[in-house]
Order: sequence, then C-alpha cells, then structure tokens
Amino acid sequence: MDALLALPPMYYVAMVAKVLIAFVFVLLTVAYATYAERKVIGFMQVRLGPMRTGWYGLLQPIADGLKLFFKEEVVPKQASTFAFLIAPLIALVPAFISFAVIPFGGNVEVFGYTIPLQIASVYDPTVGRVLDLNVGVLYILGMASLGVYGIVLAGWSSNSKYSLLGGLRASAQMISYELAAGLAIVSIFLMSGSLSLNQIVADQAGAFGVAGWYLFRNPFTFLAGIIFFICSIAEINRTPFDLPEAETELVSGFCTEYSSMKYAMFFMAEYANMVTVCAVTTTLFLGGWHGPAFLPGWMWFIAKVYFLIFCCMWIRATYPRYRYDQLMRLGWKVFLPITLVNVVATALWIMVVG
Amino acid sequence: MIMPLLQGLKITFLHMFKKPVTLQYPDERPNVVPNFRGLHGLKVSHERAKCVACYLCPTVCPAKCITVEAGEDANHDKFAARYEIDMLRCIFCGYCVEACPVDALKMTQEFELASYKREDFVFVKERLLEKK
Ligand code: SF4
Ligand code: SF4
Repeated sequence: MDALLALPPMYYVAMVAKVLIAFVFVLLTVAYATYAERKVIGFMQVRLGPMRTGWYGLLQPIADGLKLFFKEEVVPKQASTFAFLIAPLIALVPAFISFAVIPFGGNVEVFGYTIPLQIASVYDPTVGRVLDLNVGVLYILGMASLGVYGIVLAGWSSNSKYSLLGGLRASAQMISYELAAGLAIVSIFLMSGSLSLNQIVADQAGAFGVAGWYLFRNPFTFLAGIIFFICSIAEINRTPFDLPEAETELVSGFCTEYSSMKYAMFFMAEYANMVTVCAVTTTLFLGGWHGPAFLPGWMWFIAKVYFLIFCCMWIRATYPRYRYDQLMRLGWKVFLPITLVNVVATALWIMVVG
Repeated sequence: MIMPLLQGLKITFLHMFKKPVTLQYPDERPNVVPNFRGLHGLKVSHERAKCVACYLCPTVCPAKCITVEAGEDANHDKFAARYEIDMLRCIFCGYCVEACPVDALKMTQEFELASYKREDFVFVKERLLEKK
C-alpha cells in the first residue's frame, strides 16, 4: 500500500485520465460499431443500411440506445431474480477491463512526467523503461473466460429452455475455443519470451516495419495469428459462431428473456468484446501501436483495431452459421491439433533460424 | 477447403462497391409498371359510370369482396346504385376487370392503401370513381 501511494501525484492524475479516455473510446466505438456493422453489411448486401435517423443515419445508435432505455423492464416470475439481474453486468465488465493492460500508444510527456499510454503501467525513470503487468496476456485470457459466466448465468437464471440451451452452448463453445486461442498465443510467447504486453509490442517494433510484426515474422506465427483471430471470434460468439443466440433455433439464446437496458448490456458486452479481441490481436500480432512515424502511435493502434473490426463485420456478412457439431469438430479436431503442432514448429523455427 | 472461404470473402468485398439497390421510399418513388394491379377504378363515360350492374364481377371475384346493387335510372337503364369493394379482402387478382363485359372497371397504379380504420378500406362507388 505504501509503495502504491508513494508514486508522484502526476501518476494518479494520468491514471484517471487514461482510464476515462480508454473507457469513453471503447464506449463510443461500441456505439458506432453497431452503426458501422449495419452499414458495412448493408453495402455488402447491396443495400444502404440505416439512412433516415440523422445525416446518413448517423444518429441511429443514439436512437437505439434511447429506445432501449425507455423499454419496459421485464423480469420473468420464474426467474432467479438476483442472478438474472447481475448476469448482464458480469458479461459487460470483463469486456471492458481487459483494456487495462493493452498498450494503445507510445509514451507521452506531460510536465516532464512520462506517461505510458497503457492503463496498468508506470514509467520508472530509475530503470528508464515502462513497467507493466508482467502477465498481461494471462490477465486478458482470464478476463475473457470470466465473460462466459455472465452468459451462463443469464441462460440459467432466466428459467427458459431457449436461454438455458443458449447458455450451455456458450459455455461449451467458449471453453473449447479458449484452448486453441491460448495455444496460438504460446507461439507468441516463444517469440517474445515475455508475457508483458508492453514487451511484446516493443519486440515487434524493430527496423523492418511490417516484417517485424509477429504475424509476418515466420509462417507459423502467421498461422497462429489467423487461428487466434478465428478462435477469438468464436469465443465472443459472433457469426459464424453465434450459436448461443442462434435466432433460427433458440429465439435469441441466452438473452431471450431480457429486455430494455439489460438486453442492451448484453449487446454492449458483445461489441465491447469484439473491440477488445481486435485490440488484443493488434497488440499480439499486428505490432500494437507501431507504424510509420507520420502518424502518432495511438492513431495506428486505432486504425489497426478498426481494420480488424471491419474484418469481423466482413466475416459476418459472408458466412452462414456453423452447425453445433461442426463447430465442436472445428475447435477440437482442427484448431487444437494445428495449434499444438504449431507451437512445436515455432520452437523448431526459432532454434534453426534464430 | 480454404479457397472457397476466401472466394466468399472476395464476393462480399466486391459487392460493397456496387451501387445499392435500395429505394429510399418516401423520398424516391418506385416506377410502377403500366399493367400494375393496384386500386380499382370505375371508368366514366358521358358523365356517368360505365358499369351496368351486370353482377359478373361479384360473381367471378374469388375473394367475394365486391358488392353491387342495381338501380334503374330515368331512361330505364340499369346502373350500379351501390358499388363497393372491400380492399381488406381483395387479393388484387384482376379477375373482375377481365370479367366486365362493358369494360367499366380498371386497375390503377395506386398502391398506397394503408389506413387507420377498418371502415376506410371499404371503397364505395364515389371513391372508386374519383380515381378514374
Ligand atoms: S381484383 Fe380479384 S379479388 Fe379484387 S375485387 Fe377484383 S376479382 Fe375480387
Ligand atoms: S362486371 Fe362491369 S358492368 Fe358488371 S357489375 Fe362489374 S363493373 Fe359493373
């Protein structure tokens, strides 16, 4: 405790500012990701998407939010009330707090005090480098698996067969894809030799530009990157892996019984998860905030994250939903063995090529 | 296994740059083709409806939504004293137009038939004449 309070006052100011900025950034991205998704998918289906709320439909997310806000709150009589009420929060919070360890820019200097653009970190002038959570990646993996509790609780507490099936599917799916995603990251550990996200990003900087990114370092990390991204999409239940809320079979899956803001929270959690996953992929595979010097680092970070978000929407507009057994087969019989072999192959590559 | 997936991505990506086919309806009007089967119209000639109240259209109507009552005018000619079409039941098949022996009935390009009250969907003779 003493060590925590011993830091210069600037540290606390910067911390609050960073938290606020990152939070507002994610919230705004979440709001406009819904708009962008409808637009992108609209154009891919040769439609226009929202056009009539504000200029080119730009006020649509606000209108949607207001509408959901004024909807009636329905709590089913048979539901387990406490779990039912707390589930959306449990889904939402882990989606946001993963951002605490993601570096979204280089260091900035304010009044002679160096602030690293990463929430849970501090610049130590005595060592001359940024100290951050040295198990950052594990923290992210942990938070990602916490998110499933919200969904399972929602499914169970609603006391409805559709919700329960949705929750069950969500838990099975998230657990199976987490394995492959985790193993894909192991290749990155082998390359970086560190679990700290700051170190991982710094290691990707180098002089080679794009070639320094882990995605393009060697063929095995490329494979790991692709698999990690796909598994992440599966983990956050987006199409084509959106079985927990498959409308055609399960009405709306785990959030069937939810209404009003609680429903909106699940939606926000889904999109916040998407932002987080894209940010993690950027950090681990796409060189984090590094990019040509004509733009500041945080802009590169945002550009890369938005590109990945676009990819998520693109994938959603393209593929139909998997059947459940196909999904499980893909996770256990394809991705898991590939990533296992991939870890060994990466290690051999490092040993041979260096 | 991977190529078809990439092919799919390519198709959706290229479609993004096509001109959207969406019609922004209240602002942009659709092109209604000439033989569109919309709201009915009773044709008028010599200042009166051509209909001679022969009852062929209510007979042929598969939805049984036309009500005709004949009347006799000063020249002892038969005319439709009452002519109503219930648009809530009409299926816009156009058989009534086909059946009419004196070509008194037509279908217009009018398609915006929404209304707030049930009664408003019963189009009486005067309302049908207006749309001539
Ligand atoms: S269009 Fe068909 S359904 Fe409608 S009034 Fe004529 S015959 Fe009847
Ligand atoms: S078929 Fe023609 S003439 Fe006969 S009742 Fe109908 S509209 Fe009138």
